[in-house]
Amino acid sequence: MAENEHKWTMIVDLDKCTGCQACVIACHAENNVPIASENEVIRGRGQHWIRIERYWEGSFPEIQARFIPVFCQQCNNAPCEPVCPTYASYHSDEEHLNVQVYNRCVGTRYCGNNCPYKVRVFNWYQPQWDEPLNQQLNPDVSVREAGVMEKCTFCIQRIRRGVEAAHLEGRDVADGEVVPACVQACPANVFTFGDLYDPESEVSKRLPDQRQAKLLEHLGTEPAVYYLKGGESHVGE
Amino acid sequence: MLESKTSTGPYWEQPAPDDEELLHQVEHLRDEHLLLDPRPPAENNALMLATMRRTGPFFWLMVLGLGGFVAALFAVWITQMIYGLGITGLNRSVMWGPYIANLVYFIGIGHAGTFISAALRLMRMDFRRPIARAAETVTLFGLAMAALFPLIHVGRIWKIYYMFPIPNMRQLWPNWRSPLLWDATAITAYMLGSTLFMFAALIPDLAMARDHTTGWRHKLYGALSFGWRGTEAEWRRLEKLADILCYVIIPVMFSVHTIVSWDFAMAVQPGWHSTIFGPFFIIGALFSGVAAVIMCMIIIRKAMGLGYFIREEHFNAMGIFLMILSIAWTYFYFNEWIVTWYGNLPAEKAILNMLTGDLGPFFYLMLFANIIVPLGTLWSKRVRTSLPAMFVIAMFVQIGMYLERILIIPGFLSRPELPFNWVNYTPHWPEITITIATFAFLGFLYILWSRVAPIIPLWEVHEGQALQTTRRMGRAALPTRTEGHH
Repeated sequence: MAENEHKWTMIVDLDKCTGCQACVIACHAENNVPIASENEVIRGRGQHWIRIERYWEGSFPEIQARFIPVFCQQCNNAPCEPVCPTYASYHSDEEHLNVQVYNRCVGTRYCGNNCPYKVRVFNWYQPQWDEPLNQQLNPDVSVREAGVMEKCTFCIQRIRRGVEAAHLEGRDVADGEVVPACVQACPANVFTFGDLYDPESEVSKRLPDQRQAKLLEHLGTEPAVYYLKGGESHVGE
Repeated sequence: MLESKTSTGPYWEQPAPDDEELLHQVEHLRDEHLLLDPRPPAENNALMLATMRRTGPFFWLMVLGLGGFVAALFAVWITQMIYGLGITGLNRSVMWGPYIANLVYFIGIGHAGTFISAALRLMRMDFRRPIARAAETVTLFGLAMAALFPLIHVGRIWKIYYMFPIPNMRQLWPNWRSPLLWDATAITAYMLGSTLFMFAALIPDLAMARDHTTGWRHKLYGALSFGWRGTEAEWRRLEKLADILCYVIIPVMFSVHTIVSWDFAMAVQPGWHSTIFGPFFIIGALFSGVAAVIMCMIIIRKAMGLGYFIREEHFNAMGIFLMILSIAWTYFYFNEWIVTWYGNLPAEKAILNMLTGDLGPFFYLMLFANIIVPLGTLWSKRVRTSLPAMFVIAMFVQIGMYLERILIIPGFLSRPELPFNWVNYTPHWPEITITIATFAFLGFLYILWSRVAPIIPLWEVHEGQALQTTRRMGRAALPTRTEGHH
């Protein structure tokens, strides 16, 4: 393991998720994610980097909603990476993240097809923000033009800032110094974020967990996101 | 006993047999087979050149109409560049739609030309002689249309050179792990190979046209025929070159559609991730390609008055070929789905449910058009030699094969692994306009080409006629064939 290497990992405790969508809003604000109109969302053009998938279980009146926040799983063996003809989607060995370089993207959308989680979103139009939302664009994140793919980055701008600030002080980044926007916004503490290579981090301490599972694990994508789900627990019980 | 007479005249002036019954037999053979029905080459040349010069009001109306579609294609494309791909019906799950289906379809119809010319040439199947160039033209323009679609499809066409392996200031080579790069390489190789192959075979005919025209045509044909004089050495070199190119281009042809299928088979998308896609796509390509060639043959025969060259025997042969391909396609299709159905994986089951459910009308129409129509009709020689029937059957195959690609691409994509992302895709006006306009574009290029280049390879026909004749054996007249000097 190189000195600067981190294995950024997210734990999502589904038993805590209320489906409130605060993470979605926080992500939009932090990452300058364009806001699609209602019509566009109905057409399947939602631009969200994180979405709350809602599944219904049972039949009325014995019906239960289940929520799964789904975002880029930062696969270690990512299907989106080899198919990109221009290396716009590539693997960062330093952060162990799947990175998207907007400037390299020509928009073949092969990565989007090959992503089994369908978390990669395409800029169908030039992004626009209604007044006054255009005043709050995050200067740390570039605004993407029409025709490029984008996706959740684990708030790489925050990771970089935290790591660089720690380096200036001559130390390694401490657990809890880097907090992605969704983690920060969640009122129910669903998310736990940290470096799995740091044995003292909270993610390292919580994993392995009896309740852990990965999304579509059978595909061999080796996601960096762990979902925790108890057997019969339901929201609201 | 074999009758052996040394005739002193040219091959098209064979003495008629004195026996009346034999004469009847020979005339019957001449009616049926182009290569046994020689006419003086000068007559054929004059006929071909006359059809190339003939541009009536109907021709110009067609040029104008089809040209209008071409203009529409570029207008829609430019609109799409300005406003973004949002004007199409594509969405987060269905990232690839009819544009990619068109790419596969047009590369597919580009497969028949090379197969008919190159493979049948190597197998010494003489029926290919008059139809080889009409088929190669389908290949050439089919590939040109296919090459448009990656460009129309991408989000930032102005950055497309990022995909080219050229030295650049970004110090970044394209990613050769991506099937899209393999695809671009294979298509480029195939395009260069088939253009070269077609051009080599055109040289003697262009030289013939050069010798019989004046004005701009004379200059054009003079430049393109590279000073062909028709010496023995030139013919030998041409035959050798054509044979070498045949051996080169057939493997390339097989590789092209295999690699196109890998664009899908290499992905983890359910329904795409199949090991049988390579041969399955090649058969599908040949199937739609042969049907496209049949339609072009019927149109040029009718529109250009080429009934002497393109005869019932050719439709008969192509009809048998189409039927064999229909059987092969059926085999692959059922193999693919029987295994999937028996495997019963949830993600693939969702696709099967969609095919027999929401997309049922298209699915069953495809099976009807690709299996029931060809297999139910083409066994009959009367159908195979009837032009209207063949046109309708070929049209059904086109529809069926187009639907197959539509089902595989936007269809399968609309049922990804996580049910939350299931959508139903409907094309919007840009995809519909561009798709229709591309067929018109192909027709536009084809009819212009048919007035510039001899659409029948005359020298091949003349060569075939010189090598074939009828001989008397006992009381029967039989066709005989002399091996060339290959």
